Amino acid sequence: MSPAGLKSIVESLIFVSDLPITLDRLCSVLEEHERGDIRAAVEALKDDYRQVERGIFLDEVAGGYQFRSRPENADYLRRLTRSKTVKFSPSALETLAIIAYRQPITRAEVEYLRGVDSGGVLKTLLEKKLLRILGKKDIPGKPLIYGTSREFLELFNLKDLSSLPTLKEIQELAPLNPYGDQQDLPLEE
Amino acid sequence: MDSAKQNSLFTDGYDHAYQVSIEEFEGPLDLLLHLIKKNEVDIYNIPIAAITRQYLDYIDLMKDLNLDIAGEFLVMAATLIQIKSKMLLPPSVEEEAEEEEEDPRAELVRRLLEYQKYKEAAVMLGQRELLGRDIFARKFPSADLATCEAEEDPTEVELFELIEAFQRVLAKVSVENFHEVGADGVSIADKIAEVLSLLEGKEAVPFESLFLSEVTRDGLVVTFLAILELCKLKMIRISQARSLGTIWIMPVAVEADDGTAGEEDVHVAGRS
Repeated sequence: MSPAGLKSIVESLIFVSDLPITLDRLCSVLEEHERGDIRAAVEALKDDYRQVERGIFLDEVAGGYQFRSRPENADYLRRLTRSKTVKFSPSALETLAIIAYRQPITRAEVEYLRGVDSGGVLKTLLEKKLLRILGKKDIPGKPLIYGTSREFLELFNLKDLSSLPTLKEIQELAPLNPYGDQQDLPLEE
Repeated sequence: MDSAKQNSLFTDGYDHAYQVSIEEFEGPLDLLLHLIKKNEVDIYNIPIAAITRQYLDYIDLMKDLNLDIAGEFLVMAATLIQIKSKMLLPPSVEEEAEEEEEDPRAELVRRLLEYQKYKEAAVMLGQRELLGRDIFARKFPSADLATCEAEEDPTEVELFELIEAFQRVLAKVSVENFHEVGADGVSIADKIAEVLSLLEGKEAVPFESLFLSEVTRDGLVVTFLAILELCKLKMIRISQARSLGTIWIMPVAVEADDGTAGEEDVHVAGRS
C-alpha cells in the first residue's frame, strides 16, 4: 500500500476514535503494517495539518493522537457547545499543580504544602476524574495516595506528565510577574 | 492598631503605614507570601515582628468582617509568635555548645518557597490551553466539565418559564371540543421511556421537539409531566443559554450523578 493510503487510514482512525488513540492501538488495528510506517504516516499527517490553514490540527495528548480545534476559534466553538467555560478556582489549580508534580502524594502531604485543609478540593477533583487514587501508603493509617489521571492530561492539553514544564523552568519564567494575568499571545503563522 | 505599635515586641523599624486589603487568600502561606511581597522584604530574612503584626491585623480584619477564619490561619499566627520569641531568647548553654543553631525561621522559609513554586505552577496550569475552553475535540466530557468549579451559573429555567413554554406547545394544538371517548392510554411511565429514548445519544434536545409526536392535549400533558418527573429524578437537566431562549433538555449521564455533582444543575424540580 502506498504511504498516502496508509496516511488516509490513519487519519480516519484518529478521526473516529473518541479518545486520543495511542500508537500502540493504531499498530494493533493495522497489524499488517510496520510500526515505523504507521509512525511516519502520523507524522506526515501532523505536518499536513500544520501546513494548511485548517480549523483542526493533530495533537498529541495523554499519550495518544487526537484532532483538536484551533485555540483561536474557541469563541465560536463555545457558542456551539453551549458549555460553560471551564474555570478552576485557585485552590483547585494549586492542588492539581502539587499533585501533578509530587505524585504519588497523600492528602496530608498536600495539606502540608498548601497549609490548608484540602479534603473538599480533593474530593471535587476526584469527582471530576482529574485525579485518581493510586493506592494506599504503607505507613500508619494507610492513607490514600493520589495522582493525576488521563483526563487531566487531556484537559490540560499535555502529551504526558514529563511534558509539564519543570518547576525550575516555571520559576525562571515567573518572577517577572507571577501574580499578574499573563495572556498567551497567539503565535503568528 | 495603636496598641500593637506600643508593644515593643512588634516594633522593629517596619511600622510605616500600610493598608490591609481584603483579598481571597488560599491559606496562611498565601497570605504570608503576599505580605512579604508587599513589604518588599527578603524572604530569607523575614522581619518576623513586622510581618506578624500585619498578619494579625489581617486576621482582626477578617474577624471584623465576620469572615470565618480557618483554623490554619490561627495556627500560623501562633507559629509566627513562637518564632519571634525563639529569636528573642538567648540561646541556651547546651544549644550554644552545638555547632550552629538553625535560624528559627528556616522551616517557615522552606515551606514558603515550596509553596511559592506550586503557586506559580498553578498559574501556569491555568494559562494552558484547556480542552473545552480554548481547544475542542470531537468529543469531550462537557457535562462533567461544565460543573467543574464554574463560577457563572447557566441561566436558570424558572418553573413558570417552563410552563409558559408548555403553554406555547399547547396553543399549537387546535382546541377540539369534541369529547373523546376511550382512553388514549399513554402512562407517564411509558412517556418517560419514550422521552429517554429520544434523548439517547444526544447532547441536548430542544424542549419543543419532545412534543412533536403528540397531537392530543392529554398526550402533551403526559409528556410534560414525564419531563418534570425525569427532572425530579435527576435524569435530565433543563437549561437555557439565555433568558427566553430555547429551553434545552439534556440527558444526565448516570455515573456522573452521585447526588452531589448534580445538585447545582437541576433547576426546576429539586429533590423534594
